[in-house]
Amino acid sequence: MSGHDQVERVGVAPTPEFPIPDPGLEEHNPRWSDVDPAAGRRAYAQVVGMLAAVPILAITFVVIYFAVPRDMYVKLGPLHANAQHVGLGLTGGLGVLLIGLACIHWAKQIMGDEESIDYRHPARSSDADRAAVAAEFRKGVEQSGLSRRGLIGASLAGALGIVAVPAVVLLADMGVWPTKGKRAVTIETTIWAEGVRIVNDVDFKPIKAADMEIGQLVNGEPKSLKEFEGSLQATERAKAAIIVVRMDPQSIKIPDSRKDWQVSGILCYSKICTHVGCPISLWEQQTHHLLCPCHQSTFDLGESGIVVFGPAARSLPQLPITVDKDGYLVARQGFTVPVGPSYFERDSRHDFQKGDN
Amino acid sequence: MRFLSRRRRSPGAKPLTLLFALFLMGAIYSVVSPAQQVAADTTKDAQIAQGKALFDVTCSSCHGLNAEGGSQGPSLIGVGAASVDFQMGTGRMPLAHPGAQAVRKPVTYTADEIAAIAAYVADLAPGPAIPDPEVYSGEGLTEEEIARGGELFRTNCSACHNFEGSGGALPGGKYAPTLKGVANRHIYSAIRIGPQQMPVFSKGALTDADVNEIIGYLNQLHAQPSQGGFDLGGIGPVSEGFWGWLVGMGSLVGVAIWLAKKGARAK
Repeated sequence: MSGHDQVERVGVAPTPEFPIPDPGLEEHNPRWSDVDPAAGRRAYAQVVGMLAAVPILAITFVVIYFAVPRDMYVKLGPLHANAQHVGLGLTGGLGVLLIGLACIHWAKQIMGDEESIDYRHPARSSDADRAAVAAEFRKGVEQSGLSRRGLIGASLAGALGIVAVPAVVLLADMGVWPTKGKRAVTIETTIWAEGVRIVNDVDFKPIKAADMEIGQLVNGEPKSLKEFEGSLQATERAKAAIIVVRMDPQSIKIPDSRKDWQVSGILCYSKICTHVGCPISLWEQQTHHLLCPCHQSTFDLGESGIVVFGPAARSLPQLPITVDKDGYLVARQGFTVPVGPSYFERDSRHDFQKGDN
Repeated sequence: MRFLSRRRRSPGAKPLTLLFALFLMGAIYSVVSPAQQVAADTTKDAQIAQGKALFDVTCSSCHGLNAEGGSQGPSLIGVGAASVDFQMGTGRMPLAHPGAQAVRKPVTYTADEIAAIAAYVADLAPGPAIPDPEVYSGEGLTEEEIARGGELFRTNCSACHNFEGSGGALPGGKYAPTLKGVANRHIYSAIRIGPQQMPVFSKGALTDADVNEIIGYLNQLHAQPSQGGFDLGGIGPVSEGFWGWLVGMGSLVGVAIWLAKKGARAK
């Protein structure tokens, strides 16, 4: 049924086609401003008053801009702010707000508010119009010559299609293709290797095993990081970041396979969360839990870094460490599994799992 | 001298000589002996005794009569004076009630009483001593040293205590407390002793100079006026987002309701 023959059905009994009776328009009740001349004048004055305040605010804005010194501050309870910023914000913001409020007030109190029904028109054009457009189109196709010299169309389509190839090649070559071999030398390896000293982050001081107290946490990096520069150093730093903790060996579980990965309760783990790679060092020395602030993944450093809570799926990689002849902590070897966040192609068969020994 | 030799056989000579010798020894002893140390030792003993008496009434119900610890509190043997000074000096101990966190609260003990208990606990076994004021003054640092203190702070402390030292949440109802308004001495002690869940940072990893730089950085950071409007506690995106959603979205919803309302009618 098209809208042309839509009929008003108010008061008509329900039929199977229209089971719900049409309630029609609500009865129109006038507003106070419609019936009371004083109320109408008041609304009028309010709208004009609000709009009249805007120029005053705008001028004040300009005055504040030039008159208030830039290094003046307001201190009002918890609000400490630049006086000029506060003044400009208040006058400018209030001005724009008043324009909006005045318009709404105008629409609600003064503009006519009689409700009416405007029935929808059908979207379909008349048959005569449709036939005329179709004839016009066919004429255009005829004039273009494509119907007789069809090869033009085919060669144009081919030309446009092939232009996409250079673009696709350029876009595809914007970064490194993460092939298996490429991953093995980039994201799946760090500069940790046998004999690399553990140094304090920031000041690169080597860490003596004897200086580590029970309950101590050290944010560390490999000493060899100094050999890199610029963005390469930043990349290696991000992957090689570690935390070293010392716990009472009686209070933690060390699996037989990792007996020689630690030095009397000093254990070393990657600092990068295995979920999406946030650096973590929120370590509770009494529970031995390490908490990631991003998504609350929690790792138990007293049990080979297994996940005890949160969205991380893999244990925190542990770095096997020992001491060198001078008593400083060094890596026994590099990480045995890739550090950092998960990704689809990662081989996760060698990660430590709860119950491994 | 003849006077003496003539009377050397007199009956009173022996006792007199003995008396003289005793007097001489006493005089020499009173000159040579370390009289001051005797006095100091007595004060220290008295202080330890006072500390023990206070310990018995204040701490022993949880930590045991000999500070050996129990189900309610850890052993205090070997924690040193620095721990007592930190825990009692910040009002965390005595604990108001057992829970996930020892909460900082107003200190009800005098400095002398805390020093006495600290002396008693330090006397039980060697442990970290109360630090000397010069290691935590945080003063006289160059701008470069303060910047380095900031770098050390962001590397070692900000994970829990937030980038501006306003603290943060930990699992199970625990939290890292704010560092604003904490005395330099207590910051130094906390770094060294690792109270509650906080890890220890020993001198091997963070030297006294490093810690002093961190303290200098924090003092400068917290002394700076915050002129950016409401800082909402400086705890990061959580409070800011909360404010935005509640106040920003809330007022938009309010305006939308007002817009759609029909308003008062004349009948």
